[in-house]
Amino acid sequence: MAAISSDNHGLRLVTRYVVLTLIALIFVFPLVFMVVSSFKPDLQLLRDASSIRAFLPVGDISTDNYSAAFERAPIGLFVFNSVLVTGVTVLLSLLICSLAAFSFAFLEWKGRNTLLSIIIATLIIPFETIAIPLLLLVSKLPWIGLEGLSVGWLNSYRVQIIPWIADGLTIFLFVQFFKDLPRDLIEASRVEGASWWQIYRRVVMPLSGPVIATAAILKFLVMYNQYLWPLIVVQEETYRPVMVGLQYFFQLNTAWGEVMAYLTIITVPVLAFYLALQRAFIASIASTGVKG
Amino acid sequence: MNLSTTLAGALVASTSIVGMAAAQTELTMWYHGGGNEVESDLLDSIVTDFNAAQSDWMVSVESFPQGSYNDSVVAAALAGNLPCILDVDGPVMPNWAWAGYMQPLPISDAALDGHLDSTIGRWAGEVYSVGLWEAAVALYARQSTLDALGLRTPTLDAPWDTEEFMGALEAAKASGDYEFAFDPGMAWTGEWYPYAFSPFLQSFGGDIVDRSTYQTAEGALNGDAAIAFGDWWQSLFTEGYAPVSQDPATRDTGFIDGKYAFSWNGNWAGVATLDGGVDDVVFLPAPDFGNGPVIGAGSWQFGASGTCEHPDGVAAFVEHALQDEYLAAFSDGIGLIPSTTEAAAMTTNYAPGGALEPFFGLSEAQALVRPVSPGYVVAAKVFEKALADIANGADVADTLDAAVDEINTDIERNGGYGH
Amino acid sequence: MASKLTTSNRAGWAFALPGFGLLAMFIVVPFFFAFFLSLTNQRLISPNPTEFVGLDNYRNLLGIRVLSIEPEVNAAGEIVRDETGAPEYPRVRTFTRNNPDYPQYAGMREWFRWHSGDTAKVVVARDVVFWKSLRNTLMFVLVVAPVQGALALGLALLINQRLRAINIYRAIYFMPVVVSIVVVSLLWRFLYAEEGLLNSILHGLSFGMFEGRDWLGDPDTALGAIKAMSIWQAVGFHMVIWLSGLQTISPTLYEASAIEGASKWQTFRYVTWPGLRNTAVLVLIVITMQAFALFAQIDVMTNGGPLDSTTTVVFQAVERGYGKQDISGGAAISVILFLLVLTISLIQRYLTREK
Repeated sequence: MAAISSDNHGLRLVTRYVVLTLIALIFVFPLVFMVVSSFKPDLQLLRDASSIRAFLPVGDISTDNYSAAFERAPIGLFVFNSVLVTGVTVLLSLLICSLAAFSFAFLEWKGRNTLLSIIIATLIIPFETIAIPLLLLVSKLPWIGLEGLSVGWLNSYRVQIIPWIADGLTIFLFVQFFKDLPRDLIEASRVEGASWWQIYRRVVMPLSGPVIATAAILKFLVMYNQYLWPLIVVQEETYRPVMVGLQYFFQLNTAWGEVMAYLTIITVPVLAFYLALQRAFIASIASTGVKG
Repeated sequence: MNLSTTLAGALVASTSIVGMAAAQTELTMWYHGGGNEVESDLLDSIVTDFNAAQSDWMVSVESFPQGSYNDSVVAAALAGNLPCILDVDGPVMPNWAWAGYMQPLPISDAALDGHLDSTIGRWAGEVYSVGLWEAAVALYARQSTLDALGLRTPTLDAPWDTEEFMGALEAAKASGDYEFAFDPGMAWTGEWYPYAFSPFLQSFGGDIVDRSTYQTAEGALNGDAAIAFGDWWQSLFTEGYAPVSQDPATRDTGFIDGKYAFSWNGNWAGVATLDGGVDDVVFLPAPDFGNGPVIGAGSWQFGASGTCEHPDGVAAFVEHALQDEYLAAFSDGIGLIPSTTEAAAMTTNYAPGGALEPFFGLSEAQALVRPVSPGYVVAAKVFEKALADIANGADVADTLDAAVDEINTDIERNGGYGH
Repeated sequence: MASKLTTSNRAGWAFALPGFGLLAMFIVVPFFFAFFLSLTNQRLISPNPTEFVGLDNYRNLLGIRVLSIEPEVNAAGEIVRDETGAPEYPRVRTFTRNNPDYPQYAGMREWFRWHSGDTAKVVVARDVVFWKSLRNTLMFVLVVAPVQGALALGLALLINQRLRAINIYRAIYFMPVVVSIVVVSLLWRFLYAEEGLLNSILHGLSFGMFEGRDWLGDPDTALGAIKAMSIWQAVGFHMVIWLSGLQTISPTLYEASAIEGASKWQTFRYVTWPGLRNTAVLVLIVITMQAFALFAQIDVMTNGGPLDSTTTVVFQAVERGYGKQDISGGAAISVILFLLVLTISLIQRYLTREK
C-alpha cells in the first residue's frame, strides 16, 4: 500500500515527525491566531498581532467578545439558516446529481455527449458573472405554496437552495466514480430484469459511499460559504446566512475581537462536519479512483 | 408569500384592534444599522412612538449591515422588491431618484426649518430625502503637539493655508516623535476617499465634475488646479508625511497610540479618541489650499421609494422623526452631529462647550455636498482609484486624464444623467 | 461499448433531466442572458431604454494599438537628451487626447513601452486596466497551477506513509480548505501587514537582516502574496486528490521495482508518476478553473491595487457590473473569460489526450 514502510525506526522516524509537524504548523497558525484573538480585547489583540503573542492566550483573556458578538447579531439564527440551507441543498444535490451521473455513466441515449459537454462547460462560468441575470430570473418565478400561487422567490429558503442543487462538479465527480464500477454488475442486473431505478437504488448507490462523502463535503463548503447570492436575494433578516451576517461586525470602528469570535463560531460547524466525515472522507476520496 | 403575510397582518390588525376606526397601513422601512445595537434601538424607539402617536400608519423596520446596504437595495430594486421607506446615503440619492427608485417626499417646508442645508437631499428641484444628522471631518491633533511644535492653532475664521499646513507636517516629521506626521485614513477604502479627499481638491480649485453642467469632468478633474492638487497629494506620500497603505486596525488606533501627529478623521471617531485617553485632542478645521477651506457633507437620510403607494405616510414618519429630541438622542447615542442648532443644544457633545462642538461649526462653515448628480456613484469610484494610484506613485496628469475619460464616457453612456 | 442492454433513450433522459434541467435553468439561461446583455448598453441602474450596440463593449475592452513616438528634436535637428543621455519623448497624452491628427488613438492609455533604436514603441489600449487584469490572471494561473499541483503532490507523498497518527496530519493539512476563503483572506491581511506577524517572523529568522515590508501595499509583492496565500489555502484539497491517485497504484508494481533495485527517484519516475496520469489531468483542470475565477481574495485584501497589480478578470467583471453600474460591460468581460478558459481547457485536453 504505502511506498515507504521498511525503515520506520529511530532517527528517521523522529525526523519524519518533525517535518510533518513543521508543515502542520504552517497550515494551522492563522487559525490558531483567529481562535486565540477571539479571547482578547481589541487593543491587546492588535498589539499582539505582530509578535508570537498572537498565538498565545496571554494577557487579558475573557469570553467578552463572544457575549458582545451574540448581542450584536442574531448569530444563532444565522447559523441555523446556513445549516438548514446547506443541509437541504447537500441532500438534494447528492440525489439529483447522482441520478444524472448514473445516466451519463451507464446508459446510452441520444444527446448524451452533448449534454455532458454542456454540463462540464458550466464549470467555467464564475457565479459572480451571472448573478444579476439569475436575480432577475428568480424574482419572476412562480411558486405554489400553502397560500396558493405567488410570484417571485425573493426572501425565502428555496431561493437559496434550488438554484444550487445541480452543479457540474458534483455530476462530474459521480460520473468519474461510476465509470470505475464494474459494468458487468450493471448488465447482469439488467439481464435479470431489474429496472434502471432498481439498479441505481440497489446496486450502484450502495457501492458509492466514498464518492457520496466526497461530494457532500465539497458541496457543504460551497453552500456554507455563500455570500453574494443570499446578499442580493434575501432582504429579511429572518433568512440571512452566516457570511452575510459577517458584515454586521464591520462598523466604522471595527471591533476586531468580536470579528474573531464570530469567525471562530461560524467555523466550528464546518470543522465539526469535516471531522465527522474525515475518516470516511479521506478514505473515500482516496478510493474514488479519479480518472481524468 | 410577501403578499400573503401582509394580508394576514392586515387581517390581524383589523380584527384585533376593534375600537379603531381604520386599520393602520403598514409601511416597511429599510435601515443601514444592522449590527449597530445602539443605533437600532434609537430607531426602534422613534418607530414605536410614531406608531402609537397616530392611527394611519404602522412602520416596521428591517435592518441591513451598512457595508452591504447599497448592494441590497439595488438588487431589491432590480427585482421590484423595495420597501416604502428607504434610508439612503446623501450623495447616492440623486442616482436612485433618477433611476426611479425614489420619489419626491411630500414634506412640509415648516418641518425642514432650521435644518443644516446639507441634511436635505434635493434633486431636480424637489426634496427627496432628509437626514436626522450630519457628519463632519476635522484634523485631529493634540494641543500638546501644537505647543511642542510651536504651531498656531487654526480657527474657522483663520484656517491654516497650504504653507502653514505643510509647515506643520514638516515640523512633526522633523521632531521624530511620530511614525508619520499625517494620517489621511488610507485604510478606509470606498466612499471615504471622495468624501474626505475631494474637499482638498475643491479647496485647490478643482472638482470631481464640472458642477455648472455636470456633463464633463474635463478641466475640473485634470485642469491646472487638479494637477496641483494631485502633485500635492502625491508629495504627502513621496515626502514621507503619510503612509501610502495602512491596515484598518492601525487606522482605528494609530492616532490614539501617538503614531500620527495629525489625523484626518470624522466626528464619529471623536468619542473613541477621548475615551482612548487623548484628553487634549483638538479638532482643527480643514486647511485652505487657496480656494477656501472645504469639508465633505451629506450623510444618511430618509426618503420614499419609487414604488411606495403612500408617500404621505413616509412624509408623516419623517416629520415625526425630525423632532429635536430624536436628533439629540441619535447624536448622544452614536456621536453624530444633530441637524438643527436647537437639537445640538440638547446634546452632551455638541452643546456650546461640548467636547465635539467644533464639528457643528465645521458643518455650518465649511461643508460642501459632493456633486449632486446621478453620475456621482460612478465618478466617486473612479476618483477613489485615481487617488489610490497617485498615492502609489502613478503619473499625476495621466491618471487624472484617464479618470476624466472614464467619467465622461460614463456620463455619455447614460445620456447625460438627466441634468 | 454500446449494447442493447444499456440503450434507453427514455430512461437516459429521465435520469439526467432533473439535474440538467436545473443547470440549464439556473446557469445556462442566465449565461445566455449575460451574453445578450453584453451586446447592449444596459446599465445596472437607469431609466434610459436599452439599446443594441453590437460588439461595442468588446471593442472598448479589447482595443489595443502600438504607437511609435519619435524623440523630441531641438531647433538644430538634434535629439533632446536628458542628463543620463536617454532621449526625451513627447508625452503620450499629446497623441491620445484632443489630437485630430491621431483619431485612432483617441482615449487610449499607455500600457507599456519598449524602444526600437531611438523610437519608442508604446502599446496603448482603450482599457488598460482590463489588459492588466488579463495579464495578472494569467500570471496567477501560470504560477499557482503548477506550484500548487507540485506542492500538493509532495504533501501527498509525504502523507502516504504508514505512520502512527498520520490521520491527524492529514486532517490538519486539509484544515485551511474547510475555512471560507473570505475568512482566510481577513486573517492573512493581519499576517501580511507591515507590522504583522510575517515580517516579525522573517525578521527573527534572518537575525534582523530582513527589513519589514508592506506585502500587500507594494505593487511588486502584492500579487505574489496573494498567490502564496491561495496556494496555502487550497493545497490540502489537491493533496487529497493526489493521495487518491497514489492509492490506486498497485503495490505489486512497487514490490517489482524494489526487487529490481530501483532508486527512490526511479521508482517515482517509472512507477508512481505514470500511475498518476489521470489524476494529474484532473488536478490540472480543477486548479486552472479555480485560478481563473480568482476574486474573493482580491475583494477582501487589495481591491485590485496597488496600481492595478492585483486586479483580475473576475474582479473587473464585478467592479464594472456592480460597482460602476456597467452591467453590459461586466457581462462582456464574463463572456471573454468564458471563451478564454474554454480555449485553454480544449488545449489542455488536446495536450493530455490519450495517445
